[in-house]
Amino acid sequence: MGHPELAAKFTQDVERTHWHDKALWFVREKRDRASKSVPEWEALRRMAQQIKTHTMANLDTYLETFEKNAKAKGIQVHWAKDAEEHNRITLQILNLHNAKKIVKSKSMLTEECHLNPYLEKHGIEVVDTDLGERIIQFRKEPPSHIVLPAIHLKKEDVSKTFHEHIGTEEGNNDPTYLTRAARAHLREKFLGADVGITGVNYAIADTGGVVVCTNEGNADLGATIPKVHIASMGIEKIIPRLEDLAVFTRLLARSATGQPITSYTSHFHGPVEGGEMHVIIVDNGRSPILGSEHYSQALNCIRCGACMNTCPVYRRSGGFSYEATIPGPIGSTLEPCKNLAKHKTLPYACSLCASCSNVCPIRIDLHHQLYFHRQDVVKAGLLDKKKERALGFAGWLFQHPKVLDFCGKMARKVVPFLPRWMMYTSMNAWGEHREMMDFPEKSFKELYVERQKRKQS
Amino acid sequence: MKIGLFIPCYMNELYPGASMATLELLEKQGLEVEYPLEQTCCGQPMANTGCTKDMETLARRFVTLFKKYDYVVGPSGSCVSMVRNNYAQFLAGDPDFEALKVKTFEICEFLHDIIKPETFNVSFPYKVGLHNSCHSHRDAGLGAPSERNIPYFNKLEALLAKVDDIELVKLERVDECCGFGGTFAITESAISAFMGTDRINDHLKAGAEIITGADLSCLMHMDGLIRRQGKPLRIIHIVQILNGGDPHGTPRTRR
Amino acid sequence: MSSKETILQSIRRYKKESSATLPQGSSFTPLVYENLFEQFSTALASVGGKAVMLEDKSHLDEAIRAIAQEAQHIVCNVEGCTLSSDDGSKYATPHNLAHIDLAIVRGEFAVAENGAVWLDAATTRHRALYFLAQHIVIVVDKTQLVSTMHEAYKRIGFDKAGYGVFVSGPSKTADIEQSLVIGAHGPKSGYVFLI
Repeated sequence: MGHPELAAKFTQDVERTHWHDKALWFVREKRDRASKSVPEWEALRRMAQQIKTHTMANLDTYLETFEKNAKAKGIQVHWAKDAEEHNRITLQILNLHNAKKIVKSKSMLTEECHLNPYLEKHGIEVVDTDLGERIIQFRKEPPSHIVLPAIHLKKEDVSKTFHEHIGTEEGNNDPTYLTRAARAHLREKFLGADVGITGVNYAIADTGGVVVCTNEGNADLGATIPKVHIASMGIEKIIPRLEDLAVFTRLLARSATGQPITSYTSHFHGPVEGGEMHVIIVDNGRSPILGSEHYSQALNCIRCGACMNTCPVYRRSGGFSYEATIPGPIGSTLEPCKNLAKHKTLPYACSLCASCSNVCPIRIDLHHQLYFHRQDVVKAGLLDKKKERALGFAGWLFQHPKVLDFCGKMARKVVPFLPRWMMYTSMNAWGEHREMMDFPEKSFKELYVERQKRKQS
Repeated sequence: MKIGLFIPCYMNELYPGASMATLELLEKQGLEVEYPLEQTCCGQPMANTGCTKDMETLARRFVTLFKKYDYVVGPSGSCVSMVRNNYAQFLAGDPDFEALKVKTFEICEFLHDIIKPETFNVSFPYKVGLHNSCHSHRDAGLGAPSERNIPYFNKLEALLAKVDDIELVKLERVDECCGFGGTFAITESAISAFMGTDRINDHLKAGAEIITGADLSCLMHMDGLIRRQGKPLRIIHIVQILNGGDPHGTPRTRR
Repeated sequence: MSSKETILQSIRRYKKESSATLPQGSSFTPLVYENLFEQFSTALASVGGKAVMLEDKSHLDEAIRAIAQEAQHIVCNVEGCTLSSDDGSKYATPHNLAHIDLAIVRGEFAVAENGAVWLDAATTRHRALYFLAQHIVIVVDKTQLVSTMHEAYKRIGFDKAGYGVFVSGPSKTADIEQSLVIGAHGPKSGYVFLI
């Protein structure tokens, strides 16, 4: 199955699709209000693009500078080529401390590395502490959105899950009640944890520290209560200078949820008293994208999710239709970079409307990337043979105007007289949801030629 | 000054009325217009699917056919955008292409930016919903996309302001995609239909009787849904409004 | 070859040259607010917090008590506040702070555009205090208000190991069907007193 089949299934529940679409459109509207309240918004986007582009062109140097400065602050730095090594390094650190209970805040990287199942296999309890992530952890589902992981769930769904797992009142759907219950449950987990794992929003080369942006306070509780803090980051999270953060902190939350800044923007520059802080730098297929002719800008992504909120396709098909760690427009370009065959339908899960490129705070040319990935799919021989043949025939037809004219003329003669049962068969994909157009008597070309003749006579 | 008339393949075959309106509207401005008979298709269906070989052939063919004109004008933002933006992949640096690129216009931007008529001397006494087609709006720059923090402008609205008796309705989502997307309409037909239906319902809720825009492909897709669902709406290409035409599509009285 | 070398070599192999330089300053003049307190107050209120300007700093204790009548276990590390003699430094581990109802902490400066206050933890033994306390009150010198994050970052440095956080309002979440709930895992309220 690919995106089209999964999306068709999703839209079968019309009411739920409308609900999902409206929920995300609401976030897009909040983003619009926030971005329009900052007069220099478009200039900030350009600056962000400039900073990131420069950084990627000098990524090796900045990573080395980061490591040097981090170590000077007592932070231990590890390097992981791939997901497997990232997980092994994490386990090693945990074993060194006999850690059996972990609290983890939102990190799409750890999701990508499938860290949780790996640690659980080794007898370690991992509690995802972001409220949305805890809900889906109980439900054994992956996140459907990178910022709003439980956006696909209604409060009734959450109520049922919490009743089952943390004993809340059956049928009590009040979000405040449910959140308070989660607060109490997770507070125990924070206080009982041996190690806290977080992601990284930005790693600053000049200072050797990492920045984590959250609203719930869970990342900070997880990083400051246990003695050991592990922060996992992709190589592309590097920012050169502390002052560059001004640009990104002004863009991130406004793009993600429409708020001027997240509740907490924590700058971790060393372990807690008597503790340890580790940063794991992960490649896992990112470095080759640096050299890509069309896709290198995708590495500039700051994971705000704005592209998902605005994408008319994502809003109506949901994150699970993408079968990828990162869904939506950015996922549809990053994931095919890593595995084109697996994700061959993703570049086509898009009407090329360009709304995503317009909301991206870093000005990533998302819709252009999806357009070029389609060429990759065809070159790799992954396009449906029927489609290739049909387009090949059309291409030939378009080089032979007289044949094209003839075909058009025949269609205009025949189609208007076809009975419905012949017209609207399963072979007529257009006719599945739409009536056919009115076929005119003559083409424009025929009318033009007649008109020219009249003028000359 | 000679204008090369660029009529999209499907408009030639299925919408001769809107195509003719384009020709007539340009001639009304006192312009000499010629339709090169050998033209067929700009290659957009191939481009959107990723078939570069066919696309390149058609791109070169297009440039050969149209290079002799002072301006190339066509009633489709997406097709014009294909020529101006997407042909560069194969033809960047080619002198004929580079020259053609800057003189190829969508009809509304041509009228708005170059010809600047004072009036169209037409009346269109209907409640009209304006559909801002994605390629025209975001790629060809016919209006300020709602996502951007830039001063508001909309060339289609500016032209319609010169039409008497027309009333533009206020939509909830002013430039959301209708879901046509070219081959997307077939490959992701469920989502395509859902998106189109949402657009139609927005127009209905806003009180529109007619939907107009600069891309008949979008309108054709919405019209197909309108007719299947029996909704009281009709479509018309903006060029037909400016040229003093009648709407087509689902009749006002239900079948 | 170590993984570090493998990764760096891969980056060197693939990275593309770019003429993009690091911007020095900005191409625009960042927003400057005429009435900093008003903007700060509005921004903070929009994220569920509340800014209170005190004309007379001797009223600080009274003003805090007024909004936290039930708080029993209080930690206070702000000069001029005598609501508690406990400044949080006596606890061996952050776990001991779990019972704290109210933390009254010092903020270095406030940012008008987004209602954020910078806490640099210089005088706070356990960073967790900012997040474990059920409620938090941040006290800032009223002359230390800046307009945007550009000015804010000019005031921060990390030459030495440490920690700092921009706090904007209470903790919150909208993860349950997009309903905003104030008070997620961190403090349930976000008062900022400017004195």
